[in-house]
Amino acid sequence: MKGYILKRLLSLIPVLLVVAVVVFLLMHITPGDPAAVILGPEASPEEVAELREELGLNKPPIEQFISWFGNVLQGDFGTSIFMKQPVSQAFFEHLGPTLSLAIMAQVLAIVVAIPLGVLAAKFRGSILDQTFMGISLLGISVPSFLLGLFLILLIGVELKWLPVAGYKPIDAGLVNHIKYLILPAIALGSMQAALIARMTRSSMLDVLNANYIKTARSKGVKETIIVIKHTLRNAFIPILTIIGQTFGTLVAGAAVVETVFNIPGIGQLIINSVERRDFAVIQGSVMLIAVSYVLINLVIDLLYGVIDPRVRLGRK
Amino acid sequence: MSELLLEVKNLKVHFDTENGTVTAVDDVSFSVKQGETVGVVGESGCGKSVTAESILRLLNEKHTHYEGNILFEEKDILKFSYSELQKLRGNDISMIFQDPMSSLNPVYTVGNQIVEALLLHQNLTKKEAEVKAVEMLKLTGIPLPEKRVNEYPHELSGGMRQRVMIAMALSCKPKLLIADEPTTALDVTTQSQILDLINELKDEFNMGTIMITHDLGVVAEVCTKVVVMYLGQVIEEASVESIFSSPLHPYTQGLLKSIPHIEGPRDEKLYVIEGKVPTLTQIPKGCRFAPRCEFATELCRDKMPQLESYENDLKVRCWHFKDIQEKRGGLNGIRNESQTVNS
Repeated sequence: MKGYILKRLLSLIPVLLVVAVVVFLLMHITPGDPAAVILGPEASPEEVAELREELGLNKPPIEQFISWFGNVLQGDFGTSIFMKQPVSQAFFEHLGPTLSLAIMAQVLAIVVAIPLGVLAAKFRGSILDQTFMGISLLGISVPSFLLGLFLILLIGVELKWLPVAGYKPIDAGLVNHIKYLILPAIALGSMQAALIARMTRSSMLDVLNANYIKTARSKGVKETIIVIKHTLRNAFIPILTIIGQTFGTLVAGAAVVETVFNIPGIGQLIINSVERRDFAVIQGSVMLIAVSYVLINLVIDLLYGVIDPRVRLGRK
Repeated sequence: MSELLLEVKNLKVHFDTENGTVTAVDDVSFSVKQGETVGVVGESGCGKSVTAESILRLLNEKHTHYEGNILFEEKDILKFSYSELQKLRGNDISMIFQDPMSSLNPVYTVGNQIVEALLLHQNLTKKEAEVKAVEMLKLTGIPLPEKRVNEYPHELSGGMRQRVMIAMALSCKPKLLIADEPTTALDVTTQSQILDLINELKDEFNMGTIMITHDLGVVAEVCTKVVVMYLGQVIEEASVESIFSSPLHPYTQGLLKSIPHIEGPRDEKLYVIEGKVPTLTQIPKGCRFAPRCEFATELCRDKMPQLESYENDLKVRCWHFKDIQEKRGGLNGIRNESQTVNS
């Protein structure tokens, strides 16, 4: 078990290398000179050249990459040219809102989607099933920013039930914290909910046809117990995979929703940094997101074992 | 003597499909007495399993319509409410399925699954049920039952899993056991062990048993009575002795002739019944076996024969079974013929 986790953590290195190369290349083919952006339009060419030298931008790209990636492996993601603070510090300062939002969106998605998926599978072909699947198709198709704007308009502006935008940290009180997060969480989580509901339905349908479900029926087990105890647990592996994958996209994909609702999270950090050509922050943040993606998937893989004894590790 | 346990009377099972309704089981009748083992034999798709699952009403009833009666201790199962059914299933009537590899829930220990059945139908505490589960496993001859009870299905072999299924099915001492091809997925050695086990436990609990199979060897080993099915209908019903010594229906005769003999010649072609089973959407108008029957006449192709009673509790569905017998020189002739074919 410990060996397995260690192996998975080591596998982070090649993943990071690939991500690093891609991010680095992207940064360097994007037009726009960071030195010129930092100094503003008034700066003289000499000043820009001086800053370029100082930032190491004149070195060959390979050299820049190696020194940067070497630092990354030691946990040093560089310093923001613009904010004058270490990238990891900036990242973790912005992580709180994003994490709160992602978790809230995920919890909402799971709580809504799994019961709907289960019911749709159980009453396959009924109006209920068709309605749920229609809604989920809508959930997949409507982009989050559109849903976000719509929610702001309807619930924030017209009905005035919830704040229009903004963010309150947990220190400001849990209720307050959640109140500001509900709308963005719905906007962000609707697509995950739709995906999870569809996966739950199809996975449940597979399992409901399994022979051991017939066995359970032939024993006289009640239908509700069959669905919850015998079917859902078996159907959960693909559902869990979807949850794991979408959680990664929740963290990464929060950028749009954060912008719409003006939440100071990672997404905003990255978008602002792109505008400022703050290479170090962009590269560092993307790397850290990649790390969290791999870690989340590791946790999901370990959860498989909890649910399904056949993939349990180290059991003799 | 022994009491009538189950009586299936003129059972018809219709399925709704995209291409209209098909009748998978058409007018099937047979009965099972206490302590008796009835074999239901036939090719794949002849309606054996559908008949078996109808008895516990395990088919998806959204698309299934029943006609006729299934009387268990004189009460009609087809009229049972959902809660009555639940009390019946696993308690009075239990079922063992074909594929032990997929019949047990992979995410629960086998003990857990036996305990579940016990808690449903018997007034036991969880502790008592766990003790009983180990007892049941021991009864089915599983070595180290105390250890096995905490294992998951994937940790057991196929034969072992079928023993677990048997332990589970018999845990509440049912009056009737339905075994739907319980040995098909197992190798020959395990097969005979499992059959012996079912036989033994049947005597011990004085259960009625329905043995669904396509294997006449299984029938010979465990059954007292045989029902032969073809395309959803019973075409012959007889004691196991008379099925093997003097089959009446040409289809049954064909089935018996197509069994290879262990001492038979190796270079000779095995006997086969010509043609194949028609699908349920193209059922012949007259006798269902007529297109494949060497004795078929106009009458056979035109009108469906009924299941007729003949001497000694024999029943057969054939217009010409008497003529066929005479043509072959009586029962002995048939016997000799099947021997010449095989020797």
